[in-house]
Amino acid sequence: MSSLQSLDIKQRSATSSPSPSIRSTVEVAKLIDISKCIGCKACQVACGEWNDIRDVVGRNVGLYDNPPDLTASTWTVMRFTEHETETGKLEWLIRKDGCMHCEDPGCLKACPSPGAIVQYANGIVDFIEEHCIGCGSCITGCPFNIPRISKKDNKAYKCTLCSDRVSVGMEPACVKTCPTGAITFGSKQDMIEHATERLQDLKERGFQNAGLYDPKGVGGTHVMYVLQHADAPQIYHGLPRDPHISPLVNLWKGALKPIALLAMGAAVLTGFFHYVKVGPNDADADEGEDARSKKAGMELGQEER
Amino acid sequence: MSVDPSAPIQRYSDGERITHWTVAILFVLVALSGLSLFHPALFWLSNLFGGGPWTRILHPFLGVAAVAAFVVMMARFWGYNRIEERDRQWLRQWRDVVDNREDKLPAVGRYNAGQKVLFWVLVVCMLALLVTGILFWRPWFADSFPIFLVRLATLAHAAIATIVILAVIIHVDASIWTRGSIRAMMRGTVSTRWAMKHHRAWAQEKMKQG
Repeated sequence: MSSLQSLDIKQRSATSSPSPSIRSTVEVAKLIDISKCIGCKACQVACGEWNDIRDVVGRNVGLYDNPPDLTASTWTVMRFTEHETETGKLEWLIRKDGCMHCEDPGCLKACPSPGAIVQYANGIVDFIEEHCIGCGSCITGCPFNIPRISKKDNKAYKCTLCSDRVSVGMEPACVKTCPTGAITFGSKQDMIEHATERLQDLKERGFQNAGLYDPKGVGGTHVMYVLQHADAPQIYHGLPRDPHISPLVNLWKGALKPIALLAMGAAVLTGFFHYVKVGPNDADADEGEDARSKKAGMELGQEER
Repeated sequence: MSVDPSAPIQRYSDGERITHWTVAILFVLVALSGLSLFHPALFWLSNLFGGGPWTRILHPFLGVAAVAAFVVMMARFWGYNRIEERDRQWLRQWRDVVDNREDKLPAVGRYNAGQKVLFWVLVVCMLALLVTGILFWRPWFADSFPIFLVRLATLAHAAIATIVILAVIIHVDASIWTRGSIRAMMRGTVSTRWAMKHHRAWAQEKMKQG
C-alpha cells in the first residue's frame, strides 16, 4: 500500500523537498462530543471491523476501559473517568482516545524514514506501514502517547481517521456507527461551527466552562473534543492541557541535524585544507639531509651513555 | 655512539593493533548506520545495511559490540593517557602543533596531549552513548522508561554521537597528516627518527630499555 492520495500530501516524514501538493483540499475534522457519549464502545467495534483487525481477548482489569490501553490492533479505546464535581455530584466522563491528527504532528517530525508518515492536505496524519522501520521515534515525538509498535511485525500503528473511507467521500467508521451522534465528521470549519452550537447548549445547562479542545500548541487538531470542563482537560483521563512537541524533540529534529552535519563537513574540510597549507608532518622526509635528525641521533647516543 | 635513525621501534603490539582496528571497523559501521537514522539526507546509507528495518535492528547491536571492543582498548591504553603538566603546555602551544613546529613543543611521551584528549573524550562519550542508547532501544528497553527520559536520551545520543564523530574525523585527519602513524598502527613499528620527532620522551625511554 502506498499513500492513497498521492496528489494531496502536505507533509512527508524525513523529506525536505516539497511533496505533491498542486491540489488544495478542504481540511477535515472529527468532533467528539463527550457530553453526548454513553460509553457503548460501538465506535471501538466499528473501528476493528472496518479496519479488519481483532485484538487478543484480554483480562478484565477492574475498569470499564477494555482493552485497558491502545495497542497496535486497537486504534481507539474509551477512557472512563469517575469525576466528582465541587457540589459532590458524580460525572462519568467518557473520552474516546486515539490519534488527534495534529496539524503539527510530532510523530511525523520525529520519523527518520522518508514517507513512512504522511499528512494529507485534508489534515489526516497517516502511517504508511510498509515504509516503517520500527524505530519508535513516532512514540518519542507524539505529545498524546498514541502510536503503538506491533509485537508481531515491529511496525507502528494508530488511527488512520479512516483515510481510505474519507478519500472516497465517506465518513470514518466510528462516526458512521455512533448511536448518539456524539461523533461527527466534516470540514474543520463546519465542525467548529457545530461545536459552537453545542457549547451554547451546554452553557445554558450550567456547564459554564464548556469548551472546544483544539489545542493550539500542536497547531490545532483534526480530532477535536467538546468538553464540559474545558478548563480542566486533564480530568478526562489525563488529556494534556497544553500539548506541544517536546522541546527536546524539536532540538533533536530541528537545530541539531544541520549543525551536526555542517560541523562534520567543516571538520573534514579543515583537515584537508590544513594539509594543503602546511603539508605532511613527515619525520622520514628528513632522511639524509636534515641536520635535526643527526642531532637526534647524537642526543640518543648521549642518553645511552 | 650514534643510533641508526631508520632503525624500527616497536610501537604497537599485535594485540593492540587488532584491538584498535576492531574498534575502528565497528565504529565506522555504527556511525554510518546511526547517521542514516539521524539525518534524512543520509537515509540512503541504510541501504548498506539491508534497508531501514535492518539498519534499525543492527545499529544497537553494532553499538554494543563497538563499546565492548572499545572497553578492551581503553583498558590497554588507560595508563598511557594520564594528563600531565607538559600536556597542558602542549595544548597551550596548539599553534606550533598545527603549523608543524614540533621542535618548539615540550618533549612528548608515548602520547601527545591531543591523543590523550581524544582518549578521554572517547571514554566519556562511548559510555554515555551506551547508556543513552539503551534508554530508547526498541523493542527491548524503551517501554520501561518514562517518555521524558526517552526523549532526553534520544537528543543526548545524537549530540554525543556528533562529538564522537568529530573527534574521530580529527583523529583520522591527524593520522594522515603525521606520516608514519598509519604504518605504526598497521605494522606496529615506527622509525627511530619518527619516534624522536613526534614522541621524544617515549623514544628515549625505549632506547634506555634497549
